[in-house]
Amino acid sequence: MTLTWLDWLLMFVYFAFVIGIGVALRREAVTSEDFFQAGRALPAWICGLAFLSANLGAQEIIGMAASGAKYGIATSHFYWIGAIPAMVFLGIFMMPFYYGSRARSVPEYLRLRFDEKTRAFNAISFALMTVFSSGISMYAMAKLLQILHVFDRPFSALGLGSGLVFHVCIAASALVVLAYVFLGGLSSAIYNEVLQFFLIVAGFLPLVYLGLRDAGGWSGIRATLPPSFTHAWQGFGAAATNPMGVDAFGVAMGLGFVLSFGYWCTDFLVVQRAMAADSMGAARRTPLIAAVPKMLFPFLVVLPGLIALAGPQVGRVGLGQQVGVERQEGPEGRIATGIAAVRPVGLIPYKVRETTGEIARNGNGEPELDYDLTVPTLLLRYFPTGILGLGLTALLASFMSGMAGNVTAFNTVWTYDIYQAYMRPRASDAHYLRMGRMATIFGVALSIVTAYVAAQFNNIMDVLQLVFAFVNAPLLATFLLGMFWKRATGHGAFAGLVAGTGAAALHHGLTLPPGAAAGVKGGWLAVVATYPSEMAQNFWTAIDAFAVCFVVTILVSVATRPRAEAELAGLVYSLTERPRDDRLAGYLPPAVLGSVVLGIAVILNIVFF
Amino acid sequence: MRLDVRLPVGAMLALMGALLAGYGLLGDRAIYGRSLGVNINLIWGVVLIATGACLLALSARVK
Repeated sequence: MTLTWLDWLLMFVYFAFVIGIGVALRREAVTSEDFFQAGRALPAWICGLAFLSANLGAQEIIGMAASGAKYGIATSHFYWIGAIPAMVFLGIFMMPFYYGSRARSVPEYLRLRFDEKTRAFNAISFALMTVFSSGISMYAMAKLLQILHVFDRPFSALGLGSGLVFHVCIAASALVVLAYVFLGGLSSAIYNEVLQFFLIVAGFLPLVYLGLRDAGGWSGIRATLPPSFTHAWQGFGAAATNPMGVDAFGVAMGLGFVLSFGYWCTDFLVVQRAMAADSMGAARRTPLIAAVPKMLFPFLVVLPGLIALAGPQVGRVGLGQQVGVERQEGPEGRIATGIAAVRPVGLIPYKVRETTGEIARNGNGEPELDYDLTVPTLLLRYFPTGILGLGLTALLASFMSGMAGNVTAFNTVWTYDIYQAYMRPRASDAHYLRMGRMATIFGVALSIVTAYVAAQFNNIMDVLQLVFAFVNAPLLATFLLGMFWKRATGHGAFAGLVAGTGAAALHHGLTLPPGAAAGVKGGWLAVVATYPSEMAQNFWTAIDAFAVCFVVTILVSVATRPRAEAELAGLVYSLTERPRDDRLAGYLPPAVLGSVVLGIAVILNIVFF
Repeated sequence: MRLDVRLPVGAMLALMGALLAGYGLLGDRAIYGRSLGVNINLIWGVVLIATGACLLALSARVK
């Protein structure tokens, strides 16, 4: 499959608009508030779409379809349980403190509420995490595009090896993101996220349409796949009876509470979008508006995984050969419904070892499937030239929106919470604006370095991601206690964070998912317990860290001197005037909007029960 | 005055839609075997033009 001039032209149009937005907004970034906070002047719906888009990286598109193919429609728990309630909570209960305290970042809120050391702990770990995660997703993206071989032709026409595709993908995507964030700052990133949101939907909706048509619609999928794949809650009564290896309590507590509230309510990458809103009402509505498309996203990103499974079996050797092969029944045939032991494989290609070109096999000699290629395989199978260009552009857009989210969060936290706080406290506003632009450049440069390190040493990256997971796990307890318990002190918060991080590391070091060797996957201290799946291990590590942080913060707080209540007005729930539900024309009050959103999420769970 | 975001988004969708629909109308029809016989470029191009036009109309109306 090669691209034609039309595919390239569509990609070019996208790049032109993205950079054009940066150029158009360049003149509006006059003060540091314009650059880092978009002047706090954007309406709710723009912030809402950006909120969603910054989170919708390529890893989500690729990963959720992969997970859909592995676990079925239960993957929607990441949306209906793992996102919606937390987004509603953020909008109704937490935004009043983030926005009303006039903190410019999440770490800055921690300084206002607690103290410098708590802020420093959060700011430094967060800044490092943004750089690494954008580097890792850059690596994953470039790798994917290289494997697909769609960009090979112009390179071979110029007499260059296709190995160069990897480097060009990294350089081009990094430069484009750098250009528009450097020029227009947060406003430019947010405007582009809105554009990327529309493009991502435009690129993947026709894929779902064609795929569903081929699979015989939802009823066709239900007839082909075992029931556990098409029912979100089937088998969740116990950990052993569902493919995720987690019971309903683990899902509700681990995913629905600790992990999801921890991410959506404390991660500056998303909260920054809501903090850019033009009023308290708009800031509170931002996550609520985002929740509406968010809960429909499983139909866009999880469903392709099911479609690929239920799709016609094709003769499969590797990705390149199988695409375009005419419809034919493979030797496995269609699997009978209800037999979960025989895994359906559908269109998902085998994993091919990069170095030898052989198909990877597991311990039993069965070929392994490369679930991450689910979406690209569908794109190449169903999309002719033209719409294929649109689909690939949508993939690039999702990658860039995620990366720009990391870059803007990084330059703000670096400039306000590290540079201004500890290196150069009293410089002019113009100085910080300049520093923000510089931070954008070296943030992107560091991400590129990370991408290449990831290409060289996969294990180092796994370890780093693990360390960040430990640091993140207890954060929610700190914020909940800080916002809703006026007695919580700075020493308590800091001690709780350190203890919670330690507890996460300890829990991970003592447990192991099945079939894994002790090491990055866990059990590096001693194996005390094994979990039915890696996901179960993650959930319980997070629950543990949260509980330890919660208890330690309370104990240390009680033993240390509280701050005067007058200092905490606007920072703690009981000492803050309730925000009146302001009435914006055409919008429901936040509490009503939040209830409506939760109601629809419940209905979706019932429909796909 | 601040740029209305619906302007660039609407313009980009309409332009991409026009490219797709134009190709769907004039280009080789044989390529649509892949997309189950559906001229997906034409159909989706028209949808994108309509979406883009709506966004452009909204951005023009507010001023």
